[in-house]
This record gives sequence, C-alpha cells and structure tokens, in this order.
Amino acid sequence: MQSFFYDRATHANQAVGLAQQPDSRFIAGGTNLLDLMKNDVMHASRLIDLNRAGLEAIAATADGGLSLGALARNSDTANHPLVRQRYPLLSQALLAGASAQVRNMATNGGNLMQRTRCYYFTDPAFTRCNKRVPGSGCAAMEGINRIHAILGASAACIATHPSDLCVALAALDAVVVVCGPQGERRIPIQEFHRLPGDQPQVDTVLAPGELITAILLGPSPFAEHSHYLKVRDRASYAFALVSVAVGLALAGGVVYQAAVALGGVAAKPWRIPGAEAPLLGQRPGTREFDRRAAAVAETLLAGARPFKGNQFKIPLAHRSIVRALQLAGRSPGGAA
Amino acid sequence: MSRRDFLQCAATTVSAASLPLAVAPVFTPTPVPTAAPVPAPFAEPVTVVLVVNGKRHELGLEPRVTLLDALRETLGLTGTKKGCDHGQCGACTVLVDGRRINACLTLAIMHEGEAITTVEGLARDGRLAPLQAAFIESDAFQCGYCTPGQLCSATALLAEFRAGDASAVSADVRQPQPVATEAEIRERMSGNLCRCGAYPNIVAAVRTVATAR
Repeated sequence: MQSFFYDRATHANQAVGLAQQPDSRFIAGGTNLLDLMKNDVMHASRLIDLNRAGLEAIAATADGGLSLGALARNSDTANHPLVRQRYPLLSQALLAGASAQVRNMATNGGNLMQRTRCYYFTDPAFTRCNKRVPGSGCAAMEGINRIHAILGASAACIATHPSDLCVALAALDAVVVVCGPQGERRIPIQEFHRLPGDQPQVDTVLAPGELITAILLGPSPFAEHSHYLKVRDRASYAFALVSVAVGLALAGGVVYQAAVALGGVAAKPWRIPGAEAPLLGQRPGTREFDRRAAAVAETLLAGARPFKGNQFKIPLAHRSIVRALQLAGRSPGGAA
Repeated sequence: MSRRDFLQCAATTVSAASLPLAVAPVFTPTPVPTAAPVPAPFAEPVTVVLVVNGKRHELGLEPRVTLLDALRETLGLTGTKKGCDHGQCGACTVLVDGRRINACLTLAIMHEGEAITTVEGLARDGRLAPLQAAFIESDAFQCGYCTPGQLCSATALLAEFRAGDASAVSADVRQPQPVATEAEIRERMSGNLCRCGAYPNIVAAVRTVATAR
C-alpha cells in the first residue's frame, strides 16, 4: 500500500472541510477501500477517518421512520431492535452480506460507496477496465462475464453494484442525506448510483468532497410481509448473482402496496416505477398471484441484455422474483 | 467566517427528517478529467497508542500500517495470522472492544485507545478459555494456521448469541433469540476458512461451548 497522510475527523463538517485538501478520501470501515488500495486499484494522498465523527446514531424520526447513521456498522444496523421489528427486509439484506467480521467494520455509508467486484476492475493485472482506467476498454465484455450486468450496461462497462443493503433500501424508497461544501442535500436511493453510460468511472452522483451522513427510511408497511432472496455460488460470504428485495403490504389478505427491487443485475439496484401494479388487489398463495408475480418479473427484466457468460441470469432473476414474492406473501417477517 | 459557519450541514439529521425532499440534480455527463496519478507522499511515522490484551503500547507507525502488521511486526504478537491479507480468510480475526474484525482490513491508527484482544489474550492466568479447551477436545484443527482466527471469531460469536443477534439463517429476524444450531454456527463462522477442512470439528467445538451456557 502506498504511503498517505491521515486525518481524524470529529465532526461531519470538519470532515468535509478536511476533504477539500487535494487527493483526499474518506475512510469509514475501510473494508473495501483498503483492500483496493492494497491492490493499487484506488489511491489517496490523504485519508480522512470518519470513525470518530459522531455519525453512528440509529434513531426513530418524527414521521415514524428511521434515520440510519452513515457510520453505523452493518452489524449494529441489522441487529438494531427498530430495524429488526420495522424493517426486517433491511436486517435480512445486511445479514446476507459479507461475514460477521466485515459487518462489524463496514458502515452503512461505506456500503453505498463500495466498488464493483468485477474481476477486471479489482485486479490491475488486467489492463483493460474503463472504470479503473477510463478509455482503456472493457475486458469483461468479451471475457468471463458470469457475474456481470444484464440491465443498464453500456458499451463502456458491464459491471454490477455488489451491495445487498442497497437493494433493500431501493425497495424501501430510502433517502441518502449528504453533506458537502455547499451544505446538505437529499438524494433518493434510486438516483444515488449511476448507470455507467460513457463515464463508468463515476459510480454515484456525489460531488467531490461530499459526505454521506445518514440514510432515511420512511414509515414502512412491509414489516409483516417482506423477503430478501439472495442467490449465490456459496451459501454464505459470497456476492449475489441475483438478489430480490420484496415488500408486500396486505389488508385482509389482499395486497394494497408492493415493492420489488433487483440486485446483482446492474450498476445500481433495479426498480421500475409501477412494475408492482399487477400485484395490487391480489391474494398471495393463489395461482393468480403467482401469475401476476411473473408479470412483475417480465416488466423488471424488460430490455435485459445478457452476455455470453450470464445468460442464465435472466431466467434466474425471473424465478427469483416470483419466489421472493411468494415467500414474502406467505411468511410473516420474511421467514424462509 | 470560519469553516464551520460556512458549512450548513446539520449535526444530526433526525430532526430534519420530515422536511420535503430536495430533488437531486440530474447528472450531466461532462467529461471527468483523468488526472495523472499523484505521486504518493511520504507520511512519517506518528505516535499510535494501542491497548492490546490489557497492555498499553506507544508505537511509532506510518498511517498505512494495518492493525495486523502492527500486531505481528511491531509488537511481535504472531499468534494473529496473515492468510490472504484481503479479508477473505479470517486468519487475522481479532477482537476490538469485544467485537470480531479482520485486522488486515483496518489501519492500526484507526484503533487508538480501543481494547484489542488477540489469541494471546484469550487464556486467563495460564488457564485456557473454554473454547480453546473445546477445540483441543474436539480435534478442531489440523495445521493450526486458521485456529487463532477461529478462536477469536468464535469468542465473539458466543457474545453475539448471548446478545440475541440474528443471522442470515435465523428463521425470523423479528424473533429475539436465535438458537445455536449447526446451521447458525456454520453461517456465523463463514468468515473463517480452514484449509485443512476441519469444519465439522470446529462446529462441534463451538456448539459444545455455545450450548453449555
């Protein structure tokens, strides 16, 4: 790892001020950043440590929602009583990610900022990667692309965003609170990550020096019926090939609100506004509900474009969506 | 005007949660200048205070030194092992304020003043911790390279069970108390690899101690 200077921030505003120094980066858990710095994939002349910046609070909000501090650890978030009771989908997604050790280090803000696990990005032995070296090409396009995107990719990049948490946040319509030199702004989670387009090196809409301070959740009607389904090569400690976050709100056994988000298929959590509409008024456990679930899958996967190694992801995603909807409809709290 | 006055961010966001949401600016694809690589600076060693197994150490470390390297190379505590050095194998697992982390994926300077426990600190007064005894009893290792990480990891696992923490295989995260089944232990130990494949005996050792409480 190359040498760098180190600053410790004790307040969000101070951290943003320190980040105005050239070639500086924030470090929170460090589980992804240090890994990539060791591999010479990412660099910084100065790291600004956020771990004592006082951003770890998880607290109920006045509107009945929840504010998740950007520096709250994944483990603390997943096991917070209010998260487990009101947002079991979020707990499930967090616990499906990484290992216990990593979850004790990794933070909520850092989870949003993590980079793709595309092999051609994480290993500089590969010379072509537009995300790492803009203009160098994309080796994944013609290479091993089993784990890559089927939606929203571009001619420049077919990488996926690896997060589980973000998929659940997309289903819950979370809002990211950001602090920068110009003050605070709020970004809906669906607008936080970018599709690659012709600038795959830019993962998010954050401006240089902007800092995530919190993630806001509104009151959720999905506590009784939600499910996070993660399909992967190993049963534990592996990234998703496909994941689905589902929330259903039922009254009298009938769906009146639904949210479905897909992970492992694009550079951002995948949602289509209104895709869940066929489920409204339906009763989980019926043949008609399953038929409507398949229609939701069709809508979400419309325009999917596979590559040589990941054609399997289209039927896998389709079946995963249907299965996650069935499980959410069946099981209080998302029990499998 | 001070920097703090200039910046308008709220210290906490909870109180502002009910405000209407600002519309995020639409991203306009302006070319991002690809700056030439900045030459790495030379950051001199700085004083870092680490508290390891109850003992305070004042060390001179470069900021880039990982906690793992500080423990092994500077303090000579070679019980903690370097396997992959990328957080994948868990051989470097240590406890920080009682919580298990990968010492390879964090900087020593980030843990000033925190209570760090390595495998050398698990035994008390020359007596093995119950988990250590159970590992021997269950023949839970062959080459032993992963064992310090397994022991530190399992020590935290026991505390997590006592706290009622859920896992990815817990039937319903809304239920308060998971049961230390084999499936639960395997899931919770997935961050520790064993190249000898001693997993069945590791699970047995952990389960013996977990269910004895």
